[in-house]
Amino acid sequence: MGYPHKSHPRETPVLSKHFGNPEARKLETWKSLGGYKALQQALTMDPVAIQNVVKESGLRGRGGAGFPTGLKWSFMKLNDGKPHYLACNADESEPGTFKDREIMRWTPHALIEGCAIGAYAIGAETAYIYVRGEFTEPIARLEEALKEARAAGIIGNNAMGSGKKIDVWVHRGAGAYICGEETALMNSLEGKRGNPRIKPPFPAVSGLFGQPTTINNVETLTAVPHILNNGAEWYKAMCLSSPKSTGSKLFSVCGNVAKPGNYEVVMGFSFKEFLYDLCGGPLPGRKFKALIPGGSSVPVITIDEAESVKMDYEGFLEVGTMLGSGGVIIFDDAQSMPRQLARLSRFYAHESCAQCTQCREGTAWMTKILERIVAGNGTFEDLDTIFDLAENMTGKTICVLSDSCAAPVTSGINKFRGEFEALIKGKRSSKVAMGAGV
Amino acid sequence: MSHGPSAPSAAPHGHSHDHEPYQPVFTPGSARKKELDDLKTRYPDKRACLLPGLWMIQQDRGWISEDAMREIGEQLGVTAAYVKGVVTFYTMYHQHPVGKHFIQVCTTSPCLCAGADKVVEAFLEHTGCKELGLTSPDGKYTVIEVECLGACGFATPVQINEDYVENVTPEKVPQILAELK
Repeated sequence: MGYPHKSHPRETPVLSKHFGNPEARKLETWKSLGGYKALQQALTMDPVAIQNVVKESGLRGRGGAGFPTGLKWSFMKLNDGKPHYLACNADESEPGTFKDREIMRWTPHALIEGCAIGAYAIGAETAYIYVRGEFTEPIARLEEALKEARAAGIIGNNAMGSGKKIDVWVHRGAGAYICGEETALMNSLEGKRGNPRIKPPFPAVSGLFGQPTTINNVETLTAVPHILNNGAEWYKAMCLSSPKSTGSKLFSVCGNVAKPGNYEVVMGFSFKEFLYDLCGGPLPGRKFKALIPGGSSVPVITIDEAESVKMDYEGFLEVGTMLGSGGVIIFDDAQSMPRQLARLSRFYAHESCAQCTQCREGTAWMTKILERIVAGNGTFEDLDTIFDLAENMTGKTICVLSDSCAAPVTSGINKFRGEFEALIKGKRSSKVAMGAGV
Repeated sequence: MSHGPSAPSAAPHGHSHDHEPYQPVFTPGSARKKELDDLKTRYPDKRACLLPGLWMIQQDRGWISEDAMREIGEQLGVTAAYVKGVVTFYTMYHQHPVGKHFIQVCTTSPCLCAGADKVVEAFLEHTGCKELGLTSPDGKYTVIEVECLGACGFATPVQINEDYVENVTPEKVPQILAELK
């Protein structure tokens, strides 16, 4: 539901059904709501059969990349005599994204069940939930729920009486956006600096502690029990547009909008209706101008482009952006795009792990130029330099952090060039160009 | 993901414990030692306990000193230099003492839309902190800007020590400060 708002009738609350209900955090209540039935069933199944149900459902990774989950699981070579690991990526740090936080705060048992099923399906006895260090409340909720689940024998050496060992542990990060990158997450969990690793080897071959590992996002794992309970066909039927995008998806909505919050809709939902109906449209007296629809790392689109979009992986690609993590950042006509993009660039410069030159230097340089333009000291050559830099920051580094800085900046300049040029020409008095209240 | 000073020269004033001898956290028989040893059983490599171990030190001592880095390094079989490399990578470990109330205001883009820059100004004004990263003369507050707290729909979120305060506006700042114990 559109937490903190009441559920909108056009939402399809599956994962978010119990957001806002503190009772749902308790094991007893959770079980009465159908919790841990899917795990009980899963433990009687062959792991490959679970992988096949998830494959059939069409579930794709909800962290940003959209990789098919069942396929990812099938990369884990079962019975190879090695310990396997599941790492749940709860390092939610992508600006605009705050859905996993609500899943963990309100329905911690849902995530634990998803982790336990996921671990079993890939032949792992241990799952680690890596939660960003700032998320103290989600961590506390998870710890409480894990304590209950362990005491009830749901997880542990004999999970639900199945004779199988499944442990789930919480691991707290310490402040680093880059640890949401899967290989950086593994390094961090191992007690190292969170630098991304060169791939290959891929995690399914050599991941956590050098062993086969799968990394899945919180929302992805939380969807799994529902798929087992209701069947792959049920999940696949939640689809309004492309058959390659199925299920319900949580979208976090923030920025200049009447009702910011988390909304859960079926894949392929009309973005126009989503923005104006569910999210309540713009703030009084304002108009939507631009959006970054998939967390800050994806290209900026204009409101005109957005209105035609069907909200799924393919739909966002059609207008040159991505669904990403589903974190929708909205800018209205009072916002200065140069100022917003300069701030976003500063985020990436701050979060670069500094391993790769193109990223370390590129994000910092890009920020410097953008801040100079915002201050009214920019030149037209600066815009050319940004595009040159962006080219060198894209596809040339170990991970995609520098690409993620370049994408919103270059798309933002292409679509709102007038605002940048107005600043360069010294028209700083323009209220539209600089944003209200600046 | 905080912006804070990391060099000792930027250490805040008003702290009496800067030069007090370090009190070890993981002494034999202590609850912390047991907690750390229990934690080691969760991982195939005890070095994985480094981040959790550093959290224990910070909770008990308020910050991570060089002596603390040496202590946790000895516990986990890594050098103090290795520990320092890790500590300096993550922004949440304090490398010097901070105010009793450590205030982190999110100012990344979605919060900037909501006027987070004005929230920062209000905190600096009402705490008496002269600038970002410095501690107030009474030692009570340190204010910094932080990168995305992951609560963008509740802009502006502010993290005060362990807790989030959501939907903060400049007008609410005096009341928030008054309620801190």
